[in-house]
Amino acid sequence: MKGCEAVRAAPEDMPGIARALHAAGGRLQMVYAWQPEPGQTELCYVGYPQGGGKFLMWRCRPRADAPSLAAIWPALGWYEREIMDLFGLVFSRHPEPNRLVLAPGVPPPFAAAGRDAGQRAADVPRPLPELVASGVQVLPFGPVRADVTESAEFTFFYTGEQILHYHPHLFFKHRGMEARFHGVAPAAAVVLAERVSGIGSVAHALAFCHAVEAAAGCTPPPRALALRVLLAEMERLVSHLHYFGHLAATTTLKVGEAEGKLLEERAKQILGRLSGSRFGRGLLTPGGLRRDLPATGWLGPALAALEEETSRYLARLERSASHLDRLIGTGMLSREVALDQGATGPVQRASGIDRDLRRDHPYAAYATLPLEVAGATDGDAAARARVRAAEIAASFALLRHLLGALPPGPVRTTCAPEPGTEGLGWAESPRGTLFHAVHLGADGRLSRVKIKSPSFSNWRVFPFTVHETNMMDYAINEASFGLGVAGCAR
Amino acid sequence: MALWTFFGLASGKATTHWPHKGDDHGQHGVLGMPRYVPDACRAGCADCAAACPSGAIVAAEDGKGIALDYGRCVACQLCTEACPATALQPSGDWAFGVRARDDLRWVADRPVASQGGRLPTGFRRSLHIRHVDAGSCNGCESELQALNNPFYNLHRLGIFFTASPRFADLLLVTGVVTEPMLAPLKATYEAMPKPCWVMAAGTCAVSGGVCCGGCNAGHGLEGVLPVDFWLPGCPPNPAAIIEALLAFAGRLPQRVRGGHCDGR
Repeated sequence: MKGCEAVRAAPEDMPGIARALHAAGGRLQMVYAWQPEPGQTELCYVGYPQGGGKFLMWRCRPRADAPSLAAIWPALGWYEREIMDLFGLVFSRHPEPNRLVLAPGVPPPFAAAGRDAGQRAADVPRPLPELVASGVQVLPFGPVRADVTESAEFTFFYTGEQILHYHPHLFFKHRGMEARFHGVAPAAAVVLAERVSGIGSVAHALAFCHAVEAAAGCTPPPRALALRVLLAEMERLVSHLHYFGHLAATTTLKVGEAEGKLLEERAKQILGRLSGSRFGRGLLTPGGLRRDLPATGWLGPALAALEEETSRYLARLERSASHLDRLIGTGMLSREVALDQGATGPVQRASGIDRDLRRDHPYAAYATLPLEVAGATDGDAAARARVRAAEIAASFALLRHLLGALPPGPVRTTCAPEPGTEGLGWAESPRGTLFHAVHLGADGRLSRVKIKSPSFSNWRVFPFTVHETNMMDYAINEASFGLGVAGCAR
Repeated sequence: MALWTFFGLASGKATTHWPHKGDDHGQHGVLGMPRYVPDACRAGCADCAAACPSGAIVAAEDGKGIALDYGRCVACQLCTEACPATALQPSGDWAFGVRARDDLRWVADRPVASQGGRLPTGFRRSLHIRHVDAGSCNGCESELQALNNPFYNLHRLGIFFTASPRFADLLLVTGVVTEPMLAPLKATYEAMPKPCWVMAAGTCAVSGGVCCGGCNAGHGLEGVLPVDFWLPGCPPNPAAIIEALLAFAGRLPQRVRGGHCDGR
């Protein structure tokens, strides 16, 4: 696999490798399965060593059950459950062998012959605690919830105001997006990547293009790399401004909500005028951009005006005691839990994990740009909001720098990956680390695409900040995480 | 709070006058569905059909021209780039809401759209909507949420989203309709007082879009619920949704007939 250092490993060696990586201060980030040949399933574990450096991949082909690593790296628990659901491969001694993405009884669609996950301990949808005490109420909320929201079901166990236990069920919307890539030509599949998570269209397209470009060994021209940063940072602005409007809504700061959503709208209109799509869709392609962006003389002044209004807005939020009161100390996430459960993006940066792919594994034109990575150590909702506020300022600074020095030249180069090649691509989406792992078949078309979205990571972490808290803080805490369902469910 | 009120008032009115007057719908530069110019289409060429990721374009069997279904179009613009002539052109045609599904299929002779199915007068001036996400990418929700921002300020048009289906006149569905969402979607419809109406918003809800045929994914609302209004778009932008809601209520004319937007 291009884009990382891949080694073969025996399935029984993986627990040792995982423990060694943990002890050395590295991190295991995901595992996915694919079928190199019919009837054969390969597991690919992706991680990074202490201090960053190249991404690492361990590839193994279990003949029977594979050992679960969830006890060593809890973050892998969901990935293993997804593989059990979709591929019928069993991870032995999994602490939560329940269904995750598919409903009980649905046979694994990509199972190798003879595997049906029948050995799984519990073919039930979710690991809910058994209720023995009286006086505890159970509230299943969703999947159709108030207001315009994405479908998901949240189960609360509570007494009075106090939440004892919380469980989100996020896969009503599982569309099988990864499978939709099968058999599609790489260039055409960008349209699919852009529709995995609408609010992360640019980031998904970017990570996918990076993976295909890694497989092909091609580098887009400098102008394309710079314009990709422009699109990605515009998407970050839209996303983060939406975040503040929504956060203000949960603390019942009505005018703050309206102003945040108005600023988000302005950013969306700028992106729409710039790219032809309010989500920045329809521009990225393996090898660069599909077309050059039109004259951008109007963009500098438009962004300057938005920046000024935004900084005044964020300063006002910082002066609103009623707003801050609800954020400070709410939804505490310790560094240890963030690391073990796999938090990513602004959520991990607010809990003291200093990591940003734009700086640590630079792509597009980020290596040549001055990027301030924001961080905090408090781990509460206020810290998560402040990290995002600092990222807004950093994005504006990046955009200003970029517009002053946009390189001329073409925006596209040939990108034709050979049949049978593979590539790992990534991007720091507004919500955090995003991976696309791409395998091409003998016909030059996609045979497997694995998508690791940031919300899949952060939804896993989120319940740990909800157990043992109170109902009144729930919506605020959820908003402070900035989660999406579509990217998680795919 | 006083601080916010003061600065809020000082910043003035942010809401657009459109669609009552002016053209500040906020979508300047936003690309819509590709416009088909059959006279420029080269016989025997099917480059656009090969490029289309959602099956909206199919080459005609006689080799002359194409069959074009805007209900499947995700406005990705790939066909406009693949066309060696100028038969498919980028356009700003995004107001594609129609009463009859057939009006999204391009036909040469531009039939007059059916005028049936209008809302009873009592519902036209104040419309209450229950939204259900039946498996979207969140793009449609993002644009639906935008309707309540100060720029569009949907309330000024007498249109409201309600929390409970019991208060809703219109069920607005986004997404491809995944297997697990089928039952909650139907339960929501059943919970609505009758008469009630259904709008399919976004290409996924109209036809399945690019997700159609994925494992676990359906093909939109056709055959699932009785649909009264179809609005393709990926996603339909907030102005397109406003036009569709007003056209559904009989307060604006439907702009698309036989696949032609504004008669073009």
